[in-house]
Amino acid sequence: MLTYAAKRILLAIPTLLIVAIAVFAMLHMIPGDPAQLMLGDVDSPEALARLRSELGLDRPLAVQFFLWIGRVLQGDFGTSIGQQRPVLEMLLGSFAVTASIVVPAVVIAALLAIPLGMLAAWKQNTKVDAGLMTLAIVFLSIPSFWLGLLFLMFFGLKLDLFPVVGYVSPFENFGEGISYLVMPVMSLALIETGVIVRMARASTIEVLRLEYITHARAKGLSEPTIALRHALKNTLAPTWTVIGLTLGSLLGGAVVTETVFTIPGIGRLLVDSIFARDYPVVQGALLFITAIYVGVNLLIDLSYPLFDPRVRLS
Amino acid sequence: MRSRLLRRPNAKIGAVLIAVMLVAAVFGVMYTPYDPIINNLHARLVAPSGQHWLGTDEWGRDVFSRLLNGASVSVFVSFSTVLVSVAIGALVGALTGYFSGWPSRFVMLFIDALLAFPSLIMALGVIAVFGASSTGVIIALSLTYIPAVARVVRANVLSLREKEYVEASRVMGNAELYTMLRHALPNAVAPIIVLATALFGWALLAESALSFLGLGVPPPASSWGGMLADSRNYVEQAPWLAIAPGLAISLSLLGVNLFGDALRDEFDPHMKNLV
Repeated sequence: MLTYAAKRILLAIPTLLIVAIAVFAMLHMIPGDPAQLMLGDVDSPEALARLRSELGLDRPLAVQFFLWIGRVLQGDFGTSIGQQRPVLEMLLGSFAVTASIVVPAVVIAALLAIPLGMLAAWKQNTKVDAGLMTLAIVFLSIPSFWLGLLFLMFFGLKLDLFPVVGYVSPFENFGEGISYLVMPVMSLALIETGVIVRMARASTIEVLRLEYITHARAKGLSEPTIALRHALKNTLAPTWTVIGLTLGSLLGGAVVTETVFTIPGIGRLLVDSIFARDYPVVQGALLFITAIYVGVNLLIDLSYPLFDPRVRLS
Repeated sequence: MRSRLLRRPNAKIGAVLIAVMLVAAVFGVMYTPYDPIINNLHARLVAPSGQHWLGTDEWGRDVFSRLLNGASVSVFVSFSTVLVSVAIGALVGALTGYFSGWPSRFVMLFIDALLAFPSLIMALGVIAVFGASSTGVIIALSLTYIPAVARVVRANVLSLREKEYVEASRVMGNAELYTMLRHALPNAVAPIIVLATALFGWALLAESALSFLGLGVPPPASSWGGMLADSRNYVEQAPWLAIAPGLAISLSLLGVNLFGDALRDEFDPHMKNLV
């Protein structure tokens, strides 16, 4: 177990290093000079030269990269050009907001999708199965930003059930915070249910073909007992991967949903910073979001042995 | 093979939806009832009627015409993305799969690191560099999908390399590169087609998401995502603005997904867990 964990963690290090190089290179390909951007329209060669050497922009690229990585590892992501605030502080604040919609959405999606997927597999090639799979493919074909917009129009404006614009943190005012979360969480959850339910069905079908299920049936166990005691655990392993991938990509990629509901999450922060050419924030957000994605996938990998002891051996 | 594929009801529905999208895209370039770009401030926010089937937007432009024009933009961007990423990805995958050794391993290390980026985030980063334009979107999305194509093709070529007919070509004294292109790569075509269909769907969705964020195809060109973004300011006065483009994206994606699923089941049931 420990060697498995150590191997996985070590494998993530070169990945993160290349990710960092890619982000650094990407941002250095942008035409224009960050120092000039920070100065604005001020036309003073001396001030420009001073700022350039302060920022280390006159050093060789490789040196700049290692200085940057060194600072990042100490938690210093630089300062926002637009807001004059530490980038890390902005990243952490907006990440908490994103997590508050994404985590409940993925949990709801998983709780809906796993039983439905198992049900569809159990009733394979019946009307129940066909109906569920049709619903799944329809939901996964709807862009989250359109579903969100429809929710806004129907539940927000027409029925006036939930507030339409803005965000209140549920940690500050629980009741009000929740009312702002319902629509974004539901619109994300429904679409992700479509993704996860297909995986849950496919892996249940594979499990149902195995001999130990036939054996359990021959023993005269009831179908619900077989489902819960025997099939569920083996079904979860592959489904768990999809849930993890979904969680990881949504933690950075819920940007369209955040835009529809004007939620100040980390995806929105990235897009706003691209518009504002606030490159320290763009660079920090790209690196932060990707590190979270890699981290979530790593955790998923590390948790496999809990579902499937065979993984430990390989 | 083809007739068997279309016997599946889902494949049929998918094919019809894709056909509608393609016809709309052709009309979008050749003929639209009204000009999709030029403003007509006398006819702002007109509700759907016999004259304007899907109403008009805040600039008085006919929504149906913009929808057709948006179809050509979406299809062009998505198709170009698939073309570029499959061409480059398949080449990288075939080379690294066929030739083992440290250069292949080094390239794959890099490819794996690129796969570590969530796809929309990577596209946003590339757009930050190249700017928001259809070319920018094509570059961004291609770079995002190349690693996935390379991985799938490499896995296939790795197993094909050991096949006897590939060995036979080598024994006959054919050059390695010739053997790879002539014998190994063509047999990896089926999974590439399945993947390309999925990619088309991803690109379609990603393009509309980027345009929705204002980082895709820039106005005044019509794009479905951009139309949805603009509709947000008029959801109460003009709800039709939010319905038509959303339906267009969803039905196109549904078509691609249905057809893609059928294609995958037809070619290779084991691909289910891969793509």
